Amino acid sequence: MPSRLILTDVGKSFVMHLRGGVTIPVISGVSFSIDAGECVVLGGPSGIGKSSILKMIYGNYGVEAGQIICACESGKLIDIASADARTIHALRRRTLGYVSQFLRVVPRVSALDVVAEPLAAQGASHEEARRRAAELLARLNLPEALWDLPPATFSGGEQQRVNIARGFITDHAILLLDEPTASLDAQNRAVVIDLIAEKKKAGVAMLGIFHDKDVREVVADRVIDVATFSRRSNAA
Amino acid sequence: MNEHVETPPVAIEDLPLLRASGLTRFYGDRIGCRDISLSLWPGEVLAIVGESGSGKTTLLNCLASRLVPTAGCVEYRMRDGTVRDLFRMSEAERRVLMRTDWGFVHQNPIDGLRMSVSAGANVGERLMAVGARHYGKIRGEAEHWLERVEIATDRIDDDPRAFSGGMRQRLQIARNLVTNPRLVFMDEPTGGLDVSVQARLLDLIRQLVADLGLAVVLVTHDLAVARLLSHRMMVMKGGVIIEQGLTDRILDDPREPYTQLLVSSILQV
Repeated sequence: MPSRLILTDVGKSFVMHLRGGVTIPVISGVSFSIDAGECVVLGGPSGIGKSSILKMIYGNYGVEAGQIICACESGKLIDIASADARTIHALRRRTLGYVSQFLRVVPRVSALDVVAEPLAAQGASHEEARRRAAELLARLNLPEALWDLPPATFSGGEQQRVNIARGFITDHAILLLDEPTASLDAQNRAVVIDLIAEKKKAGVAMLGIFHDKDVREVVADRVIDVATFSRRSNAA
Repeated sequence: MNEHVETPPVAIEDLPLLRASGLTRFYGDRIGCRDISLSLWPGEVLAIVGESGSGKTTLLNCLASRLVPTAGCVEYRMRDGTVRDLFRMSEAERRVLMRTDWGFVHQNPIDGLRMSVSAGANVGERLMAVGARHYGKIRGEAEHWLERVEIATDRIDDDPRAFSGGMRQRLQIARNLVTNPRLVFMDEPTGGLDVSVQARLLDLIRQLVADLGLAVVLVTHDLAVARLLSHRMMVMKGGVIIEQGLTDRILDDPREPYTQLLVSSILQV
C-alpha cells in the first residue's frame, strides 16, 4: 500500500511571550510514515507530545522544523508544514479528517446537522448527508430523540459519539483520531472498533491516540513511541 | 478585442475575488492602516481581529471603497471575469457594485437600514435599485428573505423602529443579501447584542454564508465569533497586520506576543 502521510524530522516548541519569552520544547526529529489501510497509534505517557503531533498534521499547530507530506488522491503531494491557510482548508475538506476528544459546539445546530456538515461540504446533497448522518448516529446508539437537538447539553459520551460520527461520515483518505473512545461504554467502543476496521479495509490511513489499552491492541497495526522524539524529559 | 478566448489555465475559483496591495490610510499624520496586502477568494470568510483603534475598521472601509486610501490599490474581479481597480472606477460604477455584487453589514443596524420605511421596503429597495419594478415580485422576494432571516412575514409592513436589536440586524442582513451579492463586508455584526440573540445571528450568518457561497470580510474584536465564522484570520495592531493564517492555527498556536495576549484573554465558560 502507498504511503499517505510522511513526517520527516518534524520539530515543535512553544515560545511563551507572556512568560518572559521562555521556550518550551515539545518534540523534535519526528519521522515516520503511514500507509493507506494502516492504523498507527502514538504511544507514550500524557504530556509527551502525542496530541501536538496530531495538531501539527491537522494544521492547528504551526510546524517549526521538518516536513509533513500528505499524498492526496490526485497524486499531488502537499507539505502541510509550509502550506498556506487555503491549501490546508481544502485539504481538510477533501483529504484530511480529524476526530477530536471534545466537540466544539455551534449554537443552535442539531446533532444531525453537525454530523452531516462535512459530507455536505464535499458536495453531497443535504438529504443524502442527513441520511448518512442518521445511519451513523443510529449505529453509535445515540437516542433518536436527541438527533434534532443541539449537542451543547448532551453528556460527554453522547457528544463524543456525535464527534465520531462527524469524523467518520466522509471518505477522507487520512483520519486523525484523538482518543475517540475516551468516554464511551464497552458497547460503543466496539462500534468504534468496527468503524476503524471498515476504514482500514477502504484504504484509509489512520493515526490515533488511544489511552484505552484494549482498544489500542485491537486497532493498532503499529505503535510509535513518542518518548523517543520528546524533548520534555530533558527540558529544564 | 481578441476573439479567440482561451480557457483560463486556472479554474475561476482559484482566482481571488478581491485583492489589496500596499493599502495605506493616514488620518493627518496618524496611521489608520499601513501597507496591507491581502487576497480573498470566493466562498472564503476572512476575519480581521484586533482591539479598538487597531485599524481594522479603517482597513474594512478602504477595502469596501467607503474610504479612499492614501496609497495602495484594491482590485475586484467582476462577474464578467475582468479585474478592476476600485479607485479607478467611476463613482457611478462603484455605486452599482456596492448595490448589487456587494453587501455591507454595519454594527449598528440604524446605519444600514432606513428606519422610517417598512421592513419589506427596506429589502425591496435594494431590488428596485437594480431595476426590479414588478411590485408583486418585489414583495414576494422580500417575504422570502424575511423568512430566511427568521422574521415573521406578518411584520413585513412594520418599520424597523418597532423591531428588537436582533431583528433589526437580521433585517439588515436580508437587505444586503437580496441582490445575491458575491462579497459581503461585515463590521462587528454581532456587537452590542445579548448573547442568546448573538448566538442565533451567528448561526444564521454561518448558514447563509455556507449556502450562498459568499466571500466575507468580517471585522470583529471577538475571537469566538472569528473562530465560529472564519476560515482565515488576520490580527491587526497599530494599523498593521502582525499575524495571519488559518483561524484554528492562530487561535491554538498564536506566535506573536500580542496575539498570545489576545487569545489568553478569551473568557472560558
